[in-house]
Amino acid sequence: MTRKAKKGLFDWGLISRAFVDSVIKLSPLYQIRKPVMFVVEVGSVLTTMLFVYSFFADIGESQLFVVMVSLWLWFTVLFANFAESMAEGRGKAQAETLRSSRSDVKARLLSSPQRDAKTTMVVSSTLKKGDHVLVETGDVIPSDGEVVEGVASVNESAITGESAPVIRESGGDRSAVTGGTLVVSDWLIVRITANPGETFIDRMISMVEGAKRQKTPNEIALDILLAGLTIVFLLATVTIVPFSIFSVKASSHGAPVSVTVVIALLVCLIPTTIGGLLSSIGIAGMDRMIQANVIAMSGRAVEAAGDIDVLLLDKTGTITLGNRQATEFIPAKGVDVRTLADVAQLASLADETPEGRSIVILAKTDYGIRERDIHALGARFIPFSAHTRMSGVDMDGREIRKGATDAVQEYVRQQGGVFPIDIIGIVEEVARQGATPLVVAEGKRVLGVIRLKDIVKGGIKERFAELRRMGIKTIMITGDNPLTAAAVAADAGVDDFLAEATPEAKLKLIREYQGGGRLVAMTGDGTNDAPALAQADVAVAMNSGTQAAKEAGNMVDLDSNPTKLIEIVEIGKQLLITRGTLTTFSIANDVAKYFAILPAAFVGIYPELGMLNIMRLATPYSAILSAVIFNALIIVLLIPLALRGVKYRPLGAEALLRNNILVYGLGGIVVPFIGIKVIDMIISALNIL
Amino acid sequence: MTSNGLLQIGLYLIVLAVLIKPLGHYMALVYEGRSNWFTALLAPLERLLYRIFGVRSEDEMSWKTYTFAVLAFNAVGAVFLYLLQRLQHLLPLNPQGFAAVSADSSFNTAISFITNTNWQGYGGESTMSYLTQMAGLGVQNFLSAATGMAVLVALIRGFIRHNATTIGNFWVDTTRSILYILLPLSVIFTIVLVSQGVVQNLKPYQTTPLMQGTTAVEQPSGKTTPVNEQSIPGGPAASQIAIKQLGTNGGGFFNVNSAYPYENPTPLANFLELLAILLIPAALCYTFGKMIGDTRQGWALLITMFIIFVPLLLLCYYSEMVDIPAIKTLAASIDYGGNMEGKEVRFGVANSTLWAAATTAASNGSVNAMHDSFSPLGGMVPLFLLQLGEIIFGGVGSGLYGMIILALVTVFVAGLMVGRTPEYLGKKIEAFEMKMVSLSILIPSVVILLGIGVAVVVKAGVAGIANPGAHGFSEILYAFTSCANNNGSAFAGLSVNTPFYNLILGFAMLIGRFSVIVPVLAIAGSLAGKKLVPAGSGTLPTHTPLFIVFLIGIIIIVAALTHLPSLSLGPIAEHLQAIK
Repeated sequence: MTRKAKKGLFDWGLISRAFVDSVIKLSPLYQIRKPVMFVVEVGSVLTTMLFVYSFFADIGESQLFVVMVSLWLWFTVLFANFAESMAEGRGKAQAETLRSSRSDVKARLLSSPQRDAKTTMVVSSTLKKGDHVLVETGDVIPSDGEVVEGVASVNESAITGESAPVIRESGGDRSAVTGGTLVVSDWLIVRITANPGETFIDRMISMVEGAKRQKTPNEIALDILLAGLTIVFLLATVTIVPFSIFSVKASSHGAPVSVTVVIALLVCLIPTTIGGLLSSIGIAGMDRMIQANVIAMSGRAVEAAGDIDVLLLDKTGTITLGNRQATEFIPAKGVDVRTLADVAQLASLADETPEGRSIVILAKTDYGIRERDIHALGARFIPFSAHTRMSGVDMDGREIRKGATDAVQEYVRQQGGVFPIDIIGIVEEVARQGATPLVVAEGKRVLGVIRLKDIVKGGIKERFAELRRMGIKTIMITGDNPLTAAAVAADAGVDDFLAEATPEAKLKLIREYQGGGRLVAMTGDGTNDAPALAQADVAVAMNSGTQAAKEAGNMVDLDSNPTKLIEIVEIGKQLLITRGTLTTFSIANDVAKYFAILPAAFVGIYPELGMLNIMRLATPYSAILSAVIFNALIIVLLIPLALRGVKYRPLGAEALLRNNILVYGLGGIVVPFIGIKVIDMIISALNIL
Repeated sequence: MTSNGLLQIGLYLIVLAVLIKPLGHYMALVYEGRSNWFTALLAPLERLLYRIFGVRSEDEMSWKTYTFAVLAFNAVGAVFLYLLQRLQHLLPLNPQGFAAVSADSSFNTAISFITNTNWQGYGGESTMSYLTQMAGLGVQNFLSAATGMAVLVALIRGFIRHNATTIGNFWVDTTRSILYILLPLSVIFTIVLVSQGVVQNLKPYQTTPLMQGTTAVEQPSGKTTPVNEQSIPGGPAASQIAIKQLGTNGGGFFNVNSAYPYENPTPLANFLELLAILLIPAALCYTFGKMIGDTRQGWALLITMFIIFVPLLLLCYYSEMVDIPAIKTLAASIDYGGNMEGKEVRFGVANSTLWAAATTAASNGSVNAMHDSFSPLGGMVPLFLLQLGEIIFGGVGSGLYGMIILALVTVFVAGLMVGRTPEYLGKKIEAFEMKMVSLSILIPSVVILLGIGVAVVVKAGVAGIANPGAHGFSEILYAFTSCANNNGSAFAGLSVNTPFYNLILGFAMLIGRFSVIVPVLAIAGSLAGKKLVPAGSGTLPTHTPLFIVFLIGIIIIVAALTHLPSLSLGPIAEHLQAIK
């Protein structure tokens, strides 16, 4: 759904709904959560009251001026509301799609987890953790759960947007099923793992809707700073009244500054640009995550992604293609290479693993050894087991084995043979080059080594270089021995690696980095990744992974793409950068607004202060109104930026800061001078004030 | 501006710069408790003091305990100083037989001296007994300076330590500040000052016949009385002047402060007193860098201070030299080569403006010329330096911790702009820090703005204004800005020894000082408890020219946006009127 729901930034359906929402959001109860905008709303109310009052008494200033200021203050609040509604709108549309797939379905509740157990039809929303249900072809899986029996193909497009069905089966890493997905063939017995309202879809809905959106830590800190600035500006503008009362006496002309002018100046000075767009930036950030097909469990996790220092990545499937391929046969001393290839092929004929297939192919392409029918040869296949760590065939009294060096070494010793010294040299050499050596033996005789090479994914090296420029250290995690690991690491361009990794070793590594003050991210899918995922600061679980992994992580990648982390980091950084740049822009704007409003407010008292009117604005009224209008319009103009986010480029902190200061700091000083002048020219051309 | 004047200013800046590193290095040794030049001599004395006062020097304090110690220590100091003034007529060492100081003035002065402000609503030689000067004001000069330094050191420890619950021991930090830094420097400086002719005695005032009699005209009656003799005050001045300059106190022994020959007799004395104003605040930047293990960070803050200070100083000097017709009518002395009204002929324009800039950049507040008589723009420079929040050098300790607060604001905004949770010196700056940072910036600004707002409309407030028009506004503006930022220099021209000003300014000083100290210590405690984040290539460097530029921008913008309205109605309006 998310893929199909990708909409342009501006969609008329969204915009019209946002218009309505922005009016509803004028409620003071809602605005009080945003201190900056609350102040603007209070200013709008006060100026409106002043306008009404002006019909009954002389307020000493132009009625038109008061009503214009009042209107534009209301617009300022409305524009900020509109930005927020726009950001929320897209999430709401997606939530509706999701809700439809959550709608209640009938479920066959089993009295015990057996196919032939008694079933009762219940409504899916009554299912609790620990219940067992039976789902068959054509059924919608009623809730999240774990397959306890059966194999079935499931269409998960409601969650992932991917329409090709996936296999779900009991045990192993493909046992998790999600509520709302459709069984396409066969049947499953599922143990329910989520209570009503806590399912994956429920969490997705609440996230895209922003219903449970809590302010992230940096957002809170920024809010405090903005509130502090608002109070300073409140005092700085309110005290202008007594200052001007004194100055009127001192200069003996002019009039004290009016309430309208004070409110106008206040609203122009307080950081309304960032204050109005702050919540939109946060919502839009979460939205970008959804566009990237990542479900984050909290905004905090998204923000933390921008802070990541260390990234742990599994070698297999992430850095290298899942399968290693045979690239060379290296015979032992005194063995013909063809003999080795022949025996290796025999050992692999029945081996359906990608490695096994690649050996058969290599024997054919390099030495023209044709495939043989293993049954015709009367051979018995010995499959690979984790215990023996070898595979092979027994035929005609020949025992052919291939496997890890130490496993074969042990095998040969048991057969009463001697493991040749030169093989150890070959094995080490192969490993050093980043390949995996597979030793081939027949009986007690070692024939040679097959070189199995990891194929590093295309383009991955560039992505790691990009991460390095972002200041993120990449660490490859692999079960390989250190020699192989080092070679692959060098090939792929990662900064470091953890070889012979066990779940404990991963956990220890993460803790060590965290102990050193670093923030660690990792991706994982297996149940054995769960402890490390739980420990990592940003943990992305693959949607294809187990329930345990998904629960341990704080994000789920629906595409199950381990390099997605790079995008997640970018989104996290973008979120912070957008806030920082708009804050800078907002504050820098104040310089021009002072130059517009102060001379206008004081020129009656000290005519000399008219010299500060460096923009040569037409009249005091038009100057103040221009500043207020600019202040409101800039919010609208910046909505696209707030929703899209400021582009992040991995340049290193110093260069990034320089660029952003130039654009948003310097730009923030210059732009309003131009904007206010243009608006003032329009106002004087219209000749309304 | 004359080349001679610029040369003197240049010489001053060079000598200052040369002294920063050795003194800063020494102070780092002191605060780290490592052996230094004076250990052999002073360590036994330090231990003895701890024994007498029951201080367990190895006991560490949490930030709350530290804060309580700071507040309690200063409260006791204030009460003692108040009582000493109120009872001075009953106590010894009062050869002139001065009466008890009034309640409101005593309150104001007590607050003034514990807060390192040294705002003076009274005239020293006509109000305070020698005992009050020595045991009260002189002692507080040391203690208030040491308090500021101790708070700074506690903040530095917040950056150094990680996963810690304590930030040091206030009693130890204060004792070391006085014993190893303020006292030795003051002793040396006192001797030099005495050699230049600054008085140091306990004798009653001397009366001498005038060589040429004159007449005093009483205002506004116009009644004249012949004057044929002069009273020459004395007292233990040199020892107090040393610490008043070194500890950014600035409270003069005599009413006209360092413009008085017995307080500042020779060009050399003037040069050294000037040097003493900025010496410790500047050197503390190096101490900071040294203690956090990255001197570049200290230099960056110091360079920031210099970059803001020097142009403002030159603007002040320039404004006092330029020929403005409106000023010429005020001051005939423009022919001398500058606006000489309110300036000592001994010092001239260059040294007077240098002093004015230095004393307001640092929260010293001593004066050798009357700022009220400066040209509008020349007077705006000291005012603006006050409005920057006393962080351009600032008070001993307090200047640097104020600068660090602004650095935190900068780091926060800049850190967001590079896409990371902001960090400064390896510590993450989060909501709690921003809350404290906001409070410490917000409260003094609020005090200044509200104070002025009240003073310019109530009768008691406007009654004390000497000059009409925009200049009168500047006088009130200056008084509140000076007090709330704990500078203590006066624009003069405003009669402030009234119950209204004594009370309102007293509270301004009190809030201005402790509304920064408490948040700073809270930040220290919070930072000390955090993990130390090692720097990577994604970390924002905080010692580069770019950071310095952004920091300067934030400092100027925060101050300018707060104070531009009042500056427009004060010095800017006055200046534009004058050049019209």
